[in-house]
Amino acid sequence: MIDWILTQFPDSILGYIIICAVPLLFILPYALVTIYLEMKMSAHMQDRVAYMRTGWHGTLQPFADILKLLQKEDIIPTAADKFLFILAPYIVFIGTYATFAVLPFTSSYIGSDLDLGLFYLVAVSSLVVVGILMSGWASNNKWSLFGALRSAAQIVSYEIPTALVLLSIVMIAGTMNMQQLSQLQSGGISDWYIFGGPFPIVKKLLLLPLMFILFLVQLTASMAEVNRTPFDIPEAESELVQGYNTEYSGMKFAIFYLAEYANLFAVSAITVVAFFGGWGSPFGSFMSGGVWDLFWFVLKGMFFVSINIWLRWTLPRLRVDQLMYVSWKVLTPFALVCMILIGYILVAF
Amino acid sequence: METITKTSHGRTLRTEEMVINMGPQHPSTHGVLRLELVVDGEIVIDVIPHIGYLHRCFEKHSEQMTNYQQVIPYVDRMDYVASMNSELSFAIAAEKLLKIQIPERVDYIRVIMCELQRIASHLIAIGTYGIDIGAFTPFLFCFRDRERILDLFEMTCGARLLYNYIWIGGLSHDLPQQFIPTLKEFIVDFRKNIKELNDLLSFNHIFIKRTANIGVLPADVAINYGCSGPMLRGSGVKWDLRKDEPYSVYNKFDFEVCVGKGEVGTLGDCWDRYIVRVDEMEQSLRIIEQAIQTLPEGNVQSAVPKRIRPNPGEAYARAESPRGELGFYIMSDGTGTPYRIKARSPAFVNLSIISEISRGCMIADLCAITGSVDIVLGEVDR
Repeated sequence: MIDWILTQFPDSILGYIIICAVPLLFILPYALVTIYLEMKMSAHMQDRVAYMRTGWHGTLQPFADILKLLQKEDIIPTAADKFLFILAPYIVFIGTYATFAVLPFTSSYIGSDLDLGLFYLVAVSSLVVVGILMSGWASNNKWSLFGALRSAAQIVSYEIPTALVLLSIVMIAGTMNMQQLSQLQSGGISDWYIFGGPFPIVKKLLLLPLMFILFLVQLTASMAEVNRTPFDIPEAESELVQGYNTEYSGMKFAIFYLAEYANLFAVSAITVVAFFGGWGSPFGSFMSGGVWDLFWFVLKGMFFVSINIWLRWTLPRLRVDQLMYVSWKVLTPFALVCMILIGYILVAF
Repeated sequence: METITKTSHGRTLRTEEMVINMGPQHPSTHGVLRLELVVDGEIVIDVIPHIGYLHRCFEKHSEQMTNYQQVIPYVDRMDYVASMNSELSFAIAAEKLLKIQIPERVDYIRVIMCELQRIASHLIAIGTYGIDIGAFTPFLFCFRDRERILDLFEMTCGARLLYNYIWIGGLSHDLPQQFIPTLKEFIVDFRKNIKELNDLLSFNHIFIKRTANIGVLPADVAINYGCSGPMLRGSGVKWDLRKDEPYSVYNKFDFEVCVGKGEVGTLGDCWDRYIVRVDEMEQSLRIIEQAIQTLPEGNVQSAVPKRIRPNPGEAYARAESPRGELGFYIMSDGTGTPYRIKARSPAFVNLSIISEISRGCMIADLCAITGSVDIVLGEVDR
């Protein structure tokens, strides 16, 4: 698909710009759908009906929300560091958006078929921290600063278990290429790494419990990385008002919002590629290829997005030190032990 | 207070404290309370509460009223989530001053109303406490149930928040026909919902982690500060005016005084104060059930005096509001206008404990502590 776009615009930078914009075609409708989904899911969990008046069952409400944000006055506090204040939301968004470059949406489309795909993912998603720190510092608001510092500590700690999990996957698969990772698991549901991967039965059974633990670690860590309850301490609304984005309004706030939702899908997609076969159909070659790939990828991604939403509206929030405890004393040791055991299994069998 | 920390290189690193305002516009101060925090990073070194943002001169206003009955709407606005209890407290103080006997039916209905109001008030305390800890869903579950109590009140007196229902010597309306059946339905449903609430919030692992061993209030400190209500009972002190100094007809009902037991942490921590409220709702249901079974017949307005002109003198009466001991001191000079009214508000007294129990905790814990005190700023400031 990429080659096709490039041939349409030979010798021109336009082709590359269009390629860069392709994920937006997914992110924007996805954000609208997820905002709606989150509102409706939370409402039904809480014996409410959520919005019902704008369009059929309130389907037009996300559009109305975006329109409202577009029209809002864009306030920059007088005492804020103007340059950083304006820059911060874009850095947060870039960090998130860059991950979409290596997400294999279908077997034929991937933004950039990097051999270091997983490594790149871990690297660019750290960029978000810079933006959040910037926004907290530039806002010149003590509560925002608290949020930013909490966020930096949190994201940095939770990247370690995530990295260990992904490393284990790399050990098993022998590749960091996202497309190849999906390819390896494309033989149906039993080939997915969560069920032990495409190996002989003994090796599969040995790997299965470890993979399950790794999956739970990844799920927890990814929840922490997108700053959602029970790990939403950077924007803990009852403690820090809104955390690092308290002072933001209008379109800048909308970009933070969009980045949060995009990030939610990005981390879900990583889980899907690492454990649930990427774009692979659960039925092997049945219902696979072409649009089916996209369908499965988005379906699996949305499944994890829904899990995130479900947990968000069920659980209370952890405290800062408890959050660090979970990362350093629970997730990291578990991931480390699993990784060592996997190494042993791979060598022995 | 200056913290000096030695680093591994032997150099001294001085960390400076930061003064930060929590409130008056802050989501977890439950109104317009301002807490001046001195923090060292996330650690709270000192807390200084500032109050008075909702001061409406209740006591001075009351001295300008031409009739004692006119004070009741003002009393409503003190503790606006438990107006019935404030009204009852004021009414029994005034009745003590007037030395009037009221019909038994009035007393029974007052008890039903006050216990319903206690449930409604505790539901707000529990729900908003969930929000303080970060769980949003229990809040709406609580409000769903509170809504049905408010519907019952609306059915009775037309108001949902500020009732002006309990008058001196009687009530503004008798119970409507549909009241008792609707109430019975509510009791059946609500028992199930308490269980659901316990599953969702009270015994949630994260919730316990966040509230157990936080803001521990030892019994002697609680007594020294004059705490009352769930604050005091959470520390394991069995003190409930309904039992220990029965007013109205509370001595006719069988119920237990719930105290904190330190089940999941230290005795007197935030979780104990929270669970006392949950348990009290069950006891309130028991009282209501007994009251509707033995509800006597009668006229609810037969004892309402046409003109209230008490003899010169003074009276103090106290009652157990959802927040604790709510007392009214009334002084009369023989005219129809009260000479002086003083309210002893439990929320104000309980609030004074905050800086004592929250030194050295984290900012997130401070939200848990303020939530567990369950203040209503309308009553703190009056």
